[in-house]
Amino acid sequence: MTDQAYNFAYLDEQTKRMIRRAILKGVAVPGYQVPFASREMPMPYGWGTGGVQVTAACLTPDDTLKVIDQGADDTTNAVSIRKFFQRTAGVAVTEATAEATLIQTRHRIPEAALTTGQILVYQVPIPEPLRFLEPRETETRKMHELEEYGLIHVKLYEDIARHGTIATSYAYPVKVEGRYVMDPSPIPKFDNPKLSNSPALQLFGAGREQRIYALPPFTHVVSLDFDDHPFEPSKAPHDCDLCGAGESYLDEVIIDDLGGRMFVCSDTDFCRTRCEAGHLGALGVPVLKGGA
Amino acid sequence: MYVAVKGGERAIDNAHAWLAEERRGDLGVAELSVAQIRAQLSLAVNRVMAEGSLYDPDLAALAIKQARGDLIEAIFLIRAYRTTLPRLGASCPVDTAEMAVIRRISATFKDLPGGQVLGPTFDYTHRLLDFKLAAEGEVSQAATAPAAMEAVPHVMAMLDRDGMIEAEPLGNDVPADLTREPMELPGSRALRLQAITRGDEGFILSMAYSTQRGYGRTHAFVGELRIGAVAVEMEIPELGFAVEIGEIELTECETVNQFKGSKTEPPQFTRGYGLVFGQTERKAIAMSLVDRSLRWAELGEDYTGAPAQDEEFVLMHADNVQATGFLEHIKLPHYVDFQSELELVRRLRAEVFATQEAAE
Amino acid sequence: MGAVDLSIWAKVNADKPLLSVQGLSKNYGNRIGCADVSFDLFPGEVLGIVGESGSGKSTLLSCLAGHLAPDTGRVIFETAQGPRDTVTMAEAERRKMARTDWAFVHQNPRDGLRMGVSAGGNVGERLMAVGARHYGDIRATAVDWLGRVEIAADRIDDRPRAFSGGMQQRLQIARNLVTGPRLVFMDEPTGGLDVSVQARLLDLLRGLVREMGLSAIIVTHDLAVVRLLADRLMVMKGGHVVEQGLTDQVLDDPQHSYTQLLVSSVLQV
Repeated sequence: MTDQAYNFAYLDEQTKRMIRRAILKGVAVPGYQVPFASREMPMPYGWGTGGVQVTAACLTPDDTLKVIDQGADDTTNAVSIRKFFQRTAGVAVTEATAEATLIQTRHRIPEAALTTGQILVYQVPIPEPLRFLEPRETETRKMHELEEYGLIHVKLYEDIARHGTIATSYAYPVKVEGRYVMDPSPIPKFDNPKLSNSPALQLFGAGREQRIYALPPFTHVVSLDFDDHPFEPSKAPHDCDLCGAGESYLDEVIIDDLGGRMFVCSDTDFCRTRCEAGHLGALGVPVLKGGA
Repeated sequence: MYVAVKGGERAIDNAHAWLAEERRGDLGVAELSVAQIRAQLSLAVNRVMAEGSLYDPDLAALAIKQARGDLIEAIFLIRAYRTTLPRLGASCPVDTAEMAVIRRISATFKDLPGGQVLGPTFDYTHRLLDFKLAAEGEVSQAATAPAAMEAVPHVMAMLDRDGMIEAEPLGNDVPADLTREPMELPGSRALRLQAITRGDEGFILSMAYSTQRGYGRTHAFVGELRIGAVAVEMEIPELGFAVEIGEIELTECETVNQFKGSKTEPPQFTRGYGLVFGQTERKAIAMSLVDRSLRWAELGEDYTGAPAQDEEFVLMHADNVQATGFLEHIKLPHYVDFQSELELVRRLRAEVFATQEAAE
Repeated sequence: MGAVDLSIWAKVNADKPLLSVQGLSKNYGNRIGCADVSFDLFPGEVLGIVGESGSGKSTLLSCLAGHLAPDTGRVIFETAQGPRDTVTMAEAERRKMARTDWAFVHQNPRDGLRMGVSAGGNVGERLMAVGARHYGDIRATAVDWLGRVEIAADRIDDRPRAFSGGMQQRLQIARNLVTGPRLVFMDEPTGGLDVSVQARLLDLLRGLVREMGLSAIIVTHDLAVVRLLADRLMVMKGGHVVEQGLTDQVLDDPQHSYTQLLVSSVLQV
């Protein structure tokens, strides 16, 4: 059931066209932050308004939508955004990564490999990778224009000088097709390798900051590093306690007040699929039938 | 045995039902009507209209009711509604010289054509709690007089005639629309004024106040402050002329500021401008001060590093809907990022301990 | 005297100036910043600009370095692709030049250093800006340069805040020279330092300038600085150049009455 008072997917068609123009420009210039006239949305800035606008501009009635936050389909913000599009667009929704044609995400890239034709929409809080080195927008835009990226390497240099390693663990900056330095949104750096050469179209929306940027399919994306301190994706050195997966990003869950903890996949769909296929972690229970 | 947390959806529904109950409050107390809010909390309604940038007192009152009196939340509701409305066209510029004033004062002249009109103001009231209002608050009737029919010319127009104030010629440029185009900096004055008029009253007030305390001082006098209704006209293409489509209440403030000039250029006073929906006097005055301080480059003044001179700082932080959303988003789950920080700090700590052990 | 000979030799053999300034003027409203300044600077040459405060020497330097846009005039720099007017050049190109071919040493090291970044990071920034991506190499170069400006290698991870004024200034010089610029602008490089610290810094600067064959333009009010560093001298007053020539010539036999006053006041001190 859609809400008759609003246009399909909430935004009026003119606004969608404006957003699509920004998306197309972003696709044409991968990694470049395209300014767009972000609209007020019925959820607060910082809660995914950029991603929601990009999703609204891309959705068609035939789409199947998946929404995740922290990798999970059932976190409150993911539920809220999914409900929003069910109400305003009436599209089919799913929790299965492979079934989705459009996935809106906050802070994660799904574990299952994405495929041609899928769109992954990221919610972005601060699109500017140079922001915390240089607070002025006029100055950072100039730095991108002139490819003045020495400063971001100074930051990495300082990390190594101080900690012996690059101490950036999420929102780890990348260089796109050898040109623009880009913030991949606050995904853990574990996810960074998945940005490169993905068959899916990746779109990034920052509502409050009025920016859209994009990685078209099969874009070459490199995480910044030094030759002698190469980029390393990292995760907790454990297997998932529910499904036993060794290669997925894990959440640490505190299970008592005596220091007891367990590690579970942050990607809930990935974990459930494995459990249903009979994989079992140290603390898991065999699945008899169906999912959660 | 661990079971992953589920049921986000039910939690949300229940929380919202509880919120609705709290909004209504004690059922033994009569419910507030939207009409009551509109009529009796009119300054709150005005603020919501101004910062929501939608002139509709009924919707603003509804938003205040729905937001339990949280004005920023109400502004947010109005903005989110406003953005869905079709854009049918733009009105002609309103003529504030033709305003039907209910209040009009000038600090720069003792008396002037059109007179000083105090109007309904808190000024000169003694700020004593009126306990009569806690009981039954029937008001005494204010004295009335027939409305003066003569025009109330702008003070600035009088100064302008003598060349005492910088000229502000009419332009035909269509100003950029902040709500339809991304903000590009440095912005035009028109763009800045748009951003300030819908900016947070508290923020604009503090910025203006800081200029008075020396952070970008501009020596402002209120040349004129006027409040009243103006006609809104629109060109109808089919008709070929403008017709009046309604009336809105506005507050306009024009400041007279420090003069510039040189041996060859005769000195002139400079201007700051504020225009805000409704009776919103504090905001309009603050707006005119901030407008003036942001004009330092155009007027050949020095940049002293004052926050109110910094266009990017002011414009990027004036919007309370943006600010509150981003501020509050830090209560959303961030555990994936926190997890990666945990790993990193653990590893770094382990390395330090290993180095210490190796050294011992 | 060998060092001075080298510099003159360079001048004689370079038929093209590195920097050619023609009719440069800058006003602030009605007040003259600098008026109709013209000169040529040849490769390996050090030009001193002296004058009291308000004489226009800092305005001139800012216009030359592209920090200020002059009202009229041309500043032709001999780039790798031939002579180019840096006034009309696109900002992108000018900024690129500012971090490769040019260097700027500020009077206050705080203006030229990143105070929140370690000494190594400060020196390494220009290297990374031009593409250096090997941490070990960057660090080795930084250590080498810290040594050349007499800062101990074990201070490499300290921030400039922890340094004395003289050390900060030497760090700023290292940070600027690390990429081997061809032209260095210096604004009162010894200003604000104790006399003993000044002498050491001057000594160091003279060594680096000669050793690297740098061309430099040094603005100062201190005649001792130009006596030691500059091949040629320009004296400014009220925005105008009142006298210019070889340093020894101008200082030993000043022609303009203002220069005479400057020289005599220094000699009396």
